Parts: sequence; C-alpha cells; structure tokens
Amino acid sequence: MATIYIDNKPYEVKDGQNLLQACLFLGFNIPYFCWHPAMHSVGACRQCAVKQFRDEKDTRGKIVMSCMTPAADGARISIDDPEVKEFRASVIEWLMLNHPHDCPVCDEGGECHLQDMTVMTGHSYRRTRFRKRTHRNQCLGPFLNHEMNRCIQCYRCVRFYCDYAGGRDLNVFGSHHHVYFGRYEDGILENEFSGNLVEVCPTGVFTDKTLKKHYTRKWDLQTAPSVCVHCGLGCNTIPGERYGKLRRILNRYNGEVNGYFLCDRGRFGYEFVNSKERIREPLIRNKDNGALEPASEERVLGHLSNILYFGAKVIGIGSPRASLEANFALRTLVGPERFFPGISEKEHQLTSAAIEILRKGPARTPSLRDVALSDAVFILGEDVINTAPLLGLALRQSVRQKPMEMVKRLNIPLWDDAAAREVIQHEKGPLFIAATHGTKLDEIAARTYNGSPDDLARLGFAVAHALDPSAPAVPDIGEDLIPLAQSIADSLKSAGSPLIISGMSTGSEAVLHAAATIVWALCRDNGNAALSFVMNECNSIGLGLMSGGSMNGAFDLNKAFDLVEEGKVDAAIVLENDLYRREDREKAERFFERCKHVIVIDHLFNNTAAKAEVVLPAGTFAESDGTLVNNEGRAQRFYQAFVPEGGIQESWRWLRDAMTASRRPVQWQSLDHVLSAMANEMPVFRTVAEIAPPAGFRIAGQKIPRQPHRYSGRTSIHANISVHEQKPPDDSDSALSFSMEGYEGMPPAPFITRFWSPGWNSVQAVNKFHCEVGGPLHGADPGKRLMEPTVSGEISYFQKVPQAFEPRKDELLMVPLHHIFGSEELSVLSPAIAERTPKPYLAISREDAGRLQVDQESELEIVISGRTYRLRGIINPSLPRGVAGLPVLAGLEGITLPAWGRVGRKA
Amino acid sequence: MERPLTGNMKPDRQPLTLKEYEEVGGYQAVHKALRMAPPDIVDAVKNSNLRGRGGAGFPTGIKWSFMPMGSDVPRPKYLICNADEMEPGTFKDRLLLEGNPHQLLEGMIVSAYALNVDIAYIFLRWEYRLAAERIERAIAEAYENYYLGKNILRSDYSLELRLHVSAGRYICGEETALLNALEGKRAIPRAKPPHPQVSGLWGKPTIVNNTETLCNIPHIITKGVEWYKGLSHTKDGGTKIYGMSGKVKRPGAWELPMGTSMKELLEVHAGGMKEGYQFRGILPGGASTDFLVEEHLDVPMDYDSVQKAGSRMGTGQMIVLDHKTCPVGMALNLERFFARESCGLCTPCREGLPWIAMILQAIEEGEGQPGDVEILEQQCRLLGPGNTFCALAPGAVEPLQSALKYFREDFERGISGRRNARGKRAHDNSWRRFTLTTNPTK
Repeated sequence: MATIYIDNKPYEVKDGQNLLQACLFLGFNIPYFCWHPAMHSVGACRQCAVKQFRDEKDTRGKIVMSCMTPAADGARISIDDPEVKEFRASVIEWLMLNHPHDCPVCDEGGECHLQDMTVMTGHSYRRTRFRKRTHRNQCLGPFLNHEMNRCIQCYRCVRFYCDYAGGRDLNVFGSHHHVYFGRYEDGILENEFSGNLVEVCPTGVFTDKTLKKHYTRKWDLQTAPSVCVHCGLGCNTIPGERYGKLRRILNRYNGEVNGYFLCDRGRFGYEFVNSKERIREPLIRNKDNGALEPASEERVLGHLSNILYFGAKVIGIGSPRASLEANFALRTLVGPERFFPGISEKEHQLTSAAIEILRKGPARTPSLRDVALSDAVFILGEDVINTAPLLGLALRQSVRQKPMEMVKRLNIPLWDDAAAREVIQHEKGPLFIAATHGTKLDEIAARTYNGSPDDLARLGFAVAHALDPSAPAVPDIGEDLIPLAQSIADSLKSAGSPLIISGMSTGSEAVLHAAATIVWALCRDNGNAALSFVMNECNSIGLGLMSGGSMNGAFDLNKAFDLVEEGKVDAAIVLENDLYRREDREKAERFFERCKHVIVIDHLFNNTAAKAEVVLPAGTFAESDGTLVNNEGRAQRFYQAFVPEGGIQESWRWLRDAMTASRRPVQWQSLDHVLSAMANEMPVFRTVAEIAPPAGFRIAGQKIPRQPHRYSGRTSIHANISVHEQKPPDDSDSALSFSMEGYEGMPPAPFITRFWSPGWNSVQAVNKFHCEVGGPLHGADPGKRLMEPTVSGEISYFQKVPQAFEPRKDELLMVPLHHIFGSEELSVLSPAIAERTPKPYLAISREDAGRLQVDQESELEIVISGRTYRLRGIINPSLPRGVAGLPVLAGLEGITLPAWGRVGRKA
Repeated sequence: MERPLTGNMKPDRQPLTLKEYEEVGGYQAVHKALRMAPPDIVDAVKNSNLRGRGGAGFPTGIKWSFMPMGSDVPRPKYLICNADEMEPGTFKDRLLLEGNPHQLLEGMIVSAYALNVDIAYIFLRWEYRLAAERIERAIAEAYENYYLGKNILRSDYSLELRLHVSAGRYICGEETALLNALEGKRAIPRAKPPHPQVSGLWGKPTIVNNTETLCNIPHIITKGVEWYKGLSHTKDGGTKIYGMSGKVKRPGAWELPMGTSMKELLEVHAGGMKEGYQFRGILPGGASTDFLVEEHLDVPMDYDSVQKAGSRMGTGQMIVLDHKTCPVGMALNLERFFARESCGLCTPCREGLPWIAMILQAIEEGEGQPGDVEILEQQCRLLGPGNTFCALAPGAVEPLQSALKYFREDFERGISGRRNARGKRAHDNSWRRFTLTTNPTK
C-alpha cells in the first residue's frame, strides 16, 4: 500500500497504480478520455491533468497527467487547484472547437462521456468564431454507424481495435487537426469485437446501427441484468427495451467473465427477440384443416389436461438453450426417468465426458479473467473466435503475459500501455493451436497444426506422453509430430499458469480425453494448470449437470426417439428446442409421425413448432428470469427486461400451469419456489438460489427500479389505450421493479440494471461500480461456480489413443466449421447478423481439390448419410488431405459431424 | 581561430573523399578510440562539457552515461544520428552533412564504440537529397576501408551503419517520434520515462544525438578535452555553428567559439542590417525560441546565458526581425507551420495551435476582435511545458508569447476596424479559407 495526499488529505492506495485510477477508485471525479480501464494509459488527451507537488513546502507545483504518473508513496497532488482546473476546462474548449454543438439531437446525447466530462470541467461558453473542420463518414457494415465529425481524437478506438482485439482494418490516418479514424476505404469492419467501439468511443463516432434503426435514449430504456445466450461463455449483458421492443445490448461488467467487452454476436444478435417468427399466442392444431390456430390460455390448458392425464406416458425433451428452471420444471412434470436433455447422442456423450473430466479430475476450469492471465496455452480442436469469441479475446491478452516480464524487468509500469507495447514489440507468449483447419488466432500462435480429429487427439496424447512417460504412448507416431509435441510440452511445463482449451467442435471424445490427459499430467507438478472446454450452448453445462453428468449415455435424444418408436410414449413436451437441428431429419420426421401428441414450448416458430399439436409461447431471455450455467460451471442469473405483450410467459410457468391442469400441482408462485425445489431435488444446484438475493429483498424498503429516474412518458406511454396511468406490472420473481421508482443508490452486483452514477451518464460509470481496474464489482462478481475439481486421489489417465487418420479413397471426412455469424440458432434471426452470415459451402483441401478436379467456387454435390446437398466448393489449404469442412449454417443443420461423405462435381 | 568542424571543408563545397579526409587527420579518432576503454571515451565526452546541439543542450556525456552497459543488457543497442533538420531558419547540419559526411561517420563510429552499440542509423530529413547521396557514398567508402562492418580495423568491435531517409515531417526530429518513424509507425512522440536509453528503437537501448553533436566527438578524442574546452568562450565546450537569416547583409552560417555574442554575430559575421532596415528583434535559436530585442544583443550565445535572457539558444540559428516586417505576420507564418506539423496526438497541440493560427490570421487581416490578444496570451500559457505530450507546442508558442510581450501594439492594431502593420486594411475573410492541408478522406 502507498499513501498519497490529495488536496492535503492522506489516502491509502494499492501499489503499482497510476494517479488517475487511484483517484477514480477512491471516488474522486477526474475527467479523462484516452485512459480506459482495460487499455490503460497513453497520455494523449491531456484531460486528466492534476497538480503535483514535490513536498509539503512546494506551493507552486506542476501540472502532470494523472494517468501517466505513478501513485507513488508520498505523492502529493491537487485536483482542485485553480490552475489545473483551468487547464482541464481548456482541454474541453479545444475539443469543442470542432465538436458539433448538437447534443440535444445527437444520438449519443444522454450517455456521452464527452458530454459528462464537459459538464464536469465546467467549460460552457464558446469563444471561437471560426469554422469547424469536417470529415466524410464511412459505411462500416451492419453493426456500426460512423460519424467522424464528433471525433475528439482520443485514439481509444484504434487502441482497442488494433492493439487489444487484433483488428487490422481500422486505423488512424492524417495528422495535425485532420486526424481521421476509419478504414482505408468504406467497408465492413471485420473484427469480431467491433461492437465494443460503441462503448469504447467516448462520444458518438461509433454508434450501434441496430439501435439506430429503432432508436431510444438511454434514459428511456427499461433495462435489467442479463446473460448472453449466444454461446457457452455466459457474458453478462444489459438488454434495453422500450415499447415492447428490445432495442440494444450493452456490456454488463463482470470481472470474472466478460470484463469490459462483448463480441459482436452477443451485442447484435438480440433482434431475434423482435422477430416476426416469434410465437406470441398459444396455438392448437385444428384437427380438421391441420392448421395451428390461436387459442385462449384456458382452452390450451384444458387441452393439455386431456393429453397429460394422470397415467399418460409423457416424456420431456429439454434444451441446452433453456434455463435451468425451465428444464427443471419439465423434469418435474415428466419425472427424472422420462426427462431427456434434447441433444444428440454424440453431444450428450461429449458433454457428459467434459463434465466428468472437470469434476473428477484435478484440473480447475478457469474463468475468462484467468484465461487472460495464462502464460502458455494449447488449444486442441477449437476455433475459439468462432465458437466462443470472447475466449479468443482473452487469449489475445494471454499471449502478452510472458513478454510482460520484459516490461517488469525494465521497471516500466504495466499501465504505461504505449511503453509496454514498445518493449514487447511482436513478442508473444506461447500459444499452440491444433485444429482441423486454420483458425483466425493462428496469427498469434507460436506453432499450429492441422489434422483430422483423431490426429488432433494423437498429438494431444503425444504432448501428454512428453510431459509424463506414464501417460499412454502414441503408436506409430509420425516423425514430424514428436518435436512439435515436445516443444508444446516444454512450453506448458515451464509456464506458471498453463491452460489447455478444447471443446465440442471436433465431435471427438478422444480429443477431450487427450486434453484432459495433458492437463492432468501438468497437474502433477503445477496446481495452476487449467482446462477449459468450449460448450455449444448457453446452458450446455447446466443441462449436463441436470441429467446427471454421467457417462452412461442413457438419456440422449435417440433414446427418446426409440421410446416413441416402440410406442411407449403418449405425449412429448419439447422445451425450447428445434429437434431438426439436433438429429438427422429422417429421425425427427419419424418422431413426429409416431408420437401422438407433441407439445412445444418455444419463442420462435421453427420446424419443430410447425409440427406440434400444441405450441406455447415462451419468453426469451429478455422476457423471463432464469439461470444459465456457462462453460466454467458458473451459474448466472438473468432477469426479465420487460413484460411482453400477448400470451407469452416463462417456460417454467407454462410447465407449472400444465402440471396444475394435469392434476400434478406444484406450489410455485415465483422463481424462488422453483429454485428451492430444484435445490432440494438436486444437490448440485444447492447454491443456485444464492446467486442473487431473493424476490423479497428490499433496500430501505424499496425494490430496484428497471427504469432510470429520468424515464420519460411514464404517464402517457399507454395513453393510446387508456388515459389513466396503468399500474406497473408486478414482478413476483425478483427484487427488481418494472418502474422508475425504487432504490436509487448502488444496487447489489447481481441487480445492476445499468451503469449510472451522478455526473456519469455514459458506460464509463462502470468505474464507480468496482473497486479497482479489472477487479470485482462492489460486493463480488455475481455468479456461483457449481463445479470444482477433485484435488485428492490418484490420477488415472485416459488410455485409448485413436489410430492415425487414414484418408479414404472415395469419401471425405466432413468436420464442422463454425461461424461466429451464422452458426448459432437464435442470433441469425437478427438482420444485422444475417447480413454477415456466409452462404453454405464446402471447404476442401488443396490435394483433394486437385484429385477431384474442383476449382474455387465450383458447384459440388455432397452425399452425407444418404442425403444430397449442392454446395459451392471453397479450397481451404489449411485442411488436411481427406478432410473437408462443412459449415454449421442454416440449411446444413441436423447433420451429426464428423461424418464421411461423398463429394463430386455437380453432374 | 580554430574551426575543427568546418575548417577542412573545401571552398567548392564538394565533400571530402575518405582519402582526402584521412589526409587532413580524419579517422584518427577511430584508431585512437579502438585502443581506449569505452568508459574512458564516455568520461572524455563528459569532461569536455559538450552539450547536445539539437536544441535542448543536454550534456552529451551525461546522456551517454544512462546507456545500460554490460553483457546482460538487451541487444542490439542502437545509436541514431538525428539529421532531421527541419526547424525553420536552421541549416547548420546540412552544412556538415554535405560538406564532410565522413566527419559524422567518424563521430558515430567512435560514439557507437564508446556505447557498445551494434547498429547505427542516420535519420535524415527527406528534403536533403544531396546530403543523402553524399552520405551513401561515404558509408560505402567507410565499409570498403574497414571503418564499418565486422571487426572494424581488425578489432573485436563490429558496427553496422545505415542511412534512413525520413518520410518527412517536422515531428520526426523529436527523438522519440523519430524512433517511431524509424520503426515504420506513425511519427508520434513517446512518453518519457522510459527514456530511449532504456527502451528506444524497437524497445532496445538507444542513444539519439544530433548531427553537430556527433561531429564534435572525433575532435574531442584526437585533440583532447582541454584543447576542446579551450575553443569556447564559456564553460560549454567547443565551437558552435551559428547561423543568421533575415534582412541582414550576409546571411549564413559560421563556426565560432561557443559563447560568441549576438552583437558580434550580427555586426561582424552577418555584416549588420541591410540598408534601410532596422533591427527590431531576433529569434536566437530557431523558430521555436522566444524573441529577444536590442537590449539583449550583448548576450553571449551559449545555453545558460540565452536562457537567462529569457529565451533559448536552441540550434543557434538566428532569425532577425526588422522594422518593416509585421511581427503578426511572422508569428502567423510560424504558428501555421507548427500547427501543420503537429502530429495530432495530444489535444492542446492538435487543437490549440490551429486556433492560434486562425486568430493570428484574423488579426493579420485586420479582423481581430477584442479579446483575441488575451486568448492568444492564455493559449501560450496553456500550451506550456508539461501540459502537452512533447516539446513541439511549448516551442511553438515561444515566439508568439514573446512577440506579444515585445510587439503587443502590432497585434492590437489588427483588432477589428484598425489597420495592420503594413498599413493596409484587409477586407476579405480569408481566415475562413484557412485550412492546413486538404483532408485526404474528403
């Protein structure tokens, strides 16, 4: 600890900080622009000036930039000194020479950091009479709007985009007062994290284009704490609603998970909530004409009571994209032995294996914060930028860990970003990537290897064997693999916090076993060795834990299909699941033919809903509360952002009503009841109720408002229906209210509905909600880990090493290629994401292309498990011979990969 | 009077070949230095009181002593000659580069040896085409004669030396911006600390010295510290190349003892003011120094004396203001240059200098408004040292702040309705057309 004196009062601060962060986290307001808690200091904007004094006797002092000055023990500064206040106001005056004076009609107004800082410095009168400089804006694609005239040249955008996120197509051009931030020409910003520019930019140069299409002021948005549903990482988000429409997603800081950033899929994928494909009323199939027709709630429940009569053989098909509560309600309705997790046999097998490895083995699974701090990483079989994007962003930071030691040796403070990057240059810590195909992170990798899933597993086992000779040896290992495996093993062994990443992508259990064997071999000497699995969906782990997490494989979708086939099922309830994405089309078709009654609870009209007898409209993540378990095993609560119109309600409420209608009543009035029932029933979820205070929680007798205190139009928002102000909807499930009234102070971390603090209207207010840069939110970061490793006990390695891959003569092994935009079920329904989704294709290796006499873009005919697809061919030189890449895109779903397929030129 | 730096140059301005240079005693310092221990060379430079000739006047020996030495320091280490001479009114390095490039190479080789440097660069101003040609030729000759490359003169010491011609901006002369430019990055300055000696070119230990500074090194080594100190009138060692431009009879540059007075420079070497022109003021050290006036003419031109008089010795290249030239126009000319050459990194410089230039232009056009002069004064204060990222803006406002002090009435004459110094009243709104360059994206 160091003692610093601010305006002659002593304060204790942590060592190694700069004055700006020390002051901000002590609660002082110092305006700043170029400093960012994740990207640290460069000293460009000169806004955060304070006066520093040599000692007590020094009365003159000198102006220093607080972001570039260490908060060293004994430092004496003044924030309120008149000279430095004048200077800070002048910085705003300079910026305002060219900044548009149109705050009232600017779409950043009300959440603009520049606006806040202007008010903070006290600059208000314009003294210049000269013409402003102007810029031409660029069209940057469907995500971001560009308005360069607003730019104040803080350089944060390029520092985030290029330095932090590894982007290449945004940069700074020109010089003096004609500095321009953009692309070298108009075009889509390519980086997967471009949306963060919305929050990184201190003013409105980069704004959310999807928000602009249904624009609402920040203060008019009703917001709630939420969790992203578009991959397995569970990034924390803040969805905002107005007039029953979801308007945008902002990042919700969680020090352990997403920190300050989101990926573009998570930020712009929300529009499925507003989709025309939404199911908004209960539907019952008309027996006469076969059409699904709207029905009242009573009629539907009456109908359900007929189907789900006492003694009826009902099965439930759960979903990895539905909440724990919804899955639990279904499981309660049908009974544990008739509850099926609703994923394919292969996925079930892999999920179970992953959970077993993480719970029974000695290796811990890291949070994203831990990932960013790893100093050697080996990715086995994942294309993380496309399957778990923010994990990729964390890895981009992890490769800086080792080179940062050079910076420390030179006594350069770690927050001096430009100096640190200068020392590091292009040095990177060890990152090794073995995948079926080349991935975007290859550009920062020390070594890469591409092979079939079996060959990846063999490389993994070879690494494990190099680490511990008692791990199984790889038979007939190629000469080229031995040195590679050795160098990977050496780097992992010498690292302080080595990390192995694997996941579901390859569809190979052997790959997971190999990853586990490596990390277990590391764990013998290094308790910090960590293992992270990339999961397919937002609640894959939660569902896996619910279905026992065991390897017995008794409960996959095929088993459900078999039961139906054998005529042992009267009715099936499908929860938030499109079976056509899970299994081969024929099997799904057969299921619907054979099953007498199919009840679907979902929010989007998909192929499964189209075949159902009864369709119940479920709330999306924005319209319901619930818990999701991310790939780390962290259970996180999301809260309803708004009350939808129509008959939509939470899936668990539909299931509760169905239970009541079928005379199996449960006393579930609110979410808390479901949570306590779940904790009683399944000990693994014991702590889930503790993620957040219960619905009865009050501060000073008040709930926490979802609407900001400046929310406008409260009394008139429904005036077209009735001029009398309506009572706000009740929320019996949480301590949040659908109102602007309630506790105005800082809520507990799980109830942060927005980042706002007096004087801080922009997202920069986040700094008021945690105690140090990158540190936990006040209280603690929300979420509870449900899985911890077993530390004691013998480690027994997996023994089965697969045979080397043999290319076949007339078939190619199809492996899945994931796309950040397009491979996830829900986000593709957002127009902005759809615009970025590639068209289906087949990627083949150069050798195979030569053999099959296929050129780039030639039309191919592919036969997989009896079905024929016509796709354009793309030559991907990174693919190994005999392996082809089939993208996970609409039109190609329901193919269990990897699978052998025949490929030929279109006749 | 000895003129070690320029005494050997040919009257026809052709550069000395390596052979010619050796004949007049050239490269003796390399032979001598290679027999010396590197710390002894650093000590000699320290004792010689040589101060950096780039403008700041930092003692060279002290700068060198910050270079990490020993076997466990990061390699390679770099020495860079800052030959990005772009200060308006300054042309002393050009004289040295064109007239005797071997002298610079010799200075660099000796310095590099003293600092245990592996690679040296000459960072040359883009416009100095003739110098570039001559340096290239000299480097080739030096390599052929084993003064450069592996095992210089069969010693254990090796040095690679390369010429880099800048893409051309004033800011590249700032030593850390120079490093960025040399790395192929945007020429923006870096924050100090860390100093280049700790983390310089490509993050490795680096010393950046001015051309004239490095040209002094061989003479200190060959002829000794005492001789070198004796060249000077003051405690700063050696000679200095002084230059003078403006309405004087013989503008030019001359190598003279350090501490020669401004009066002697103006009256003896430059031949006094041109007929019909009266002396009004002088920028003693290039465009980014404060004006001095008649009363200061007796000040000896050395770092401390000029500082005491309220300005800086800078590069020692003087610009004389006469009574027929409007100080507002002169200030406008300079501020427009500095505003254009701002790198655009920090707010005060990027936004403040164009504002200053716009106000000056309005005043120059007779369209100034009440309060303009006060804004200018305030801007000069706010753009002072420490407030901006590098020294460009503080230097840029020096001539303006002193012009406001000494020639305030000329500025006030340009406030609305009055006439400017040239006696004519401008009616056009030409300040409205004020642009620094065209925006490439427009």
